Amino acid sequence: MASARPGRIVVVGASLAGLSAVETLRQDGFDGELVAVGAEPVLPYDRPPLSKQVLQGHWEPEKTELRDQAQYDALGVTWHLGRRATAVDPAARTVTLDDGEPLAYDGLVIATGATPRWLPGSEGLEGVYVLRTLAECLALRAEFETASRVCVVGAGFIGAEVAASARQRGLDVTVLEALPAPLARAFPAEMGAACAALHLDHGVDLRCGVTVAGFEAVGGRVAGVRLVDPGGSGASPGKAEVVEADVVVVGVGVVPETGWLESSGLALDNGVVCDSTCAAGAPGVVAAGDIARWPNNLFGETMRVEHWSNAVEQGAAAATRLLAGPGEAVDFSPVPYFWSDQYDAKIQFLGRCCPTDDVRIVNGSVDERRFVALFGRDGRLVGALAFSRPRLLMAYRKLLAAKTSFEDALAHAAQAG
Amino acid sequence: MRVVVDFDRCQSNAVCMDVAPEIFEVRDDNFLYILDEKPSEALRPKLEEAVRRCPTQAISIAED
Repeated sequence: MASARPGRIVVVGASLAGLSAVETLRQDGFDGELVAVGAEPVLPYDRPPLSKQVLQGHWEPEKTELRDQAQYDALGVTWHLGRRATAVDPAARTVTLDDGEPLAYDGLVIATGATPRWLPGSEGLEGVYVLRTLAECLALRAEFETASRVCVVGAGFIGAEVAASARQRGLDVTVLEALPAPLARAFPAEMGAACAALHLDHGVDLRCGVTVAGFEAVGGRVAGVRLVDPGGSGASPGKAEVVEADVVVVGVGVVPETGWLESSGLALDNGVVCDSTCAAGAPGVVAAGDIARWPNNLFGETMRVEHWSNAVEQGAAAATRLLAGPGEAVDFSPVPYFWSDQYDAKIQFLGRCCPTDDVRIVNGSVDERRFVALFGRDGRLVGALAFSRPRLLMAYRKLLAAKTSFEDALAHAAQAG
Repeated sequence: MRVVVDFDRCQSNAVCMDVAPEIFEVRDDNFLYILDEKPSEALRPKLEEAVRRCPTQAISIAED
């Protein structure tokens, strides 16, 4: 190994992006010391099943483990689990852990992810949950054993998957969404309508355009969610409506876990600000996963992506960046991908999207709950969404990576069916 | 080397098919089919990438 390569690399954040980074470092030939710090007391596990198979009761937690002992032994990482980093000093090249211990680094991977937003008045109230960690999942699953009415606040992907899992367990489910349709901030209206239709098909009481005012509690335990009275819209003013519930799940988004970096001098702006190669602006520092905000030159857009595939890909890219010599750094410019499994539907999305994009359904129909939709912007294909059409959808990844025109993409669709 | 898919995990994301179409195919029935269970060594890098990128971590390689 070249002498310029770092001797000790510290990875802060022991989830998917951090794991991908340490594996890539070893794969790329880094044989120095690897230290990983994780806030949760367990080795990396897979989060997507938490809102699905584990919550439904089909999988036990062990099945979410991402690697086995032999694989960890081969990696040779010193894990500090159940520990948080509280500060980083880029000039001294040290990370401080929550017991005050400074940890010197030659290279640092920031991968602390994001943490769920809470709603005011819900913190500390028994029976109100967010879903991010395995511990939260198991606590919620235990509640589902005895609950009969679940209220989900937020019809984004986590909320939608929790609602689907609760319905599959036979619970009554109400979903409250502030926007006029699910995902209305990200997708054109017809796509939100398709997501809404899925819930209605399965007996969810989906209420859009409502605002949560607060929580009703009995003896410190949640009993319902109070809505803002829409008075002034002509409705007769009355008592604010309460959606009664035994359990409430809050799925109103996440915030990047940057608190520990505030004194670092690193640029923070809704995440850690990186360049197009995942470098975070100080020597030997890179960032990856939910916390990283970087210019993706394929789309000419600065983005922060909170999805599984990005954690894997960016973790790897950041690791490679850390080992790159002068002039060797390459842009990280992927086609973002995410999926969501709800009821019997598989929702998949590639690329980017905004509510004003030109949208064309090129296969199937919303009514069938099976379709492929393409999104165009300024004459270029920017995104593709599918409901239960995985084979057709995935063909668009290469077209997106090649900056295909919208016209050519539609021609491809006409041919592919 | 042999391709092993845990079909209890597989959710037919078709990422593997995008990475290694010589080995994997998701068909119109939305199920994954393994086209080549014992691919040649030349396909190892693609197979390893499919293992890494599979969103449900359903693919592994058996060396037998």
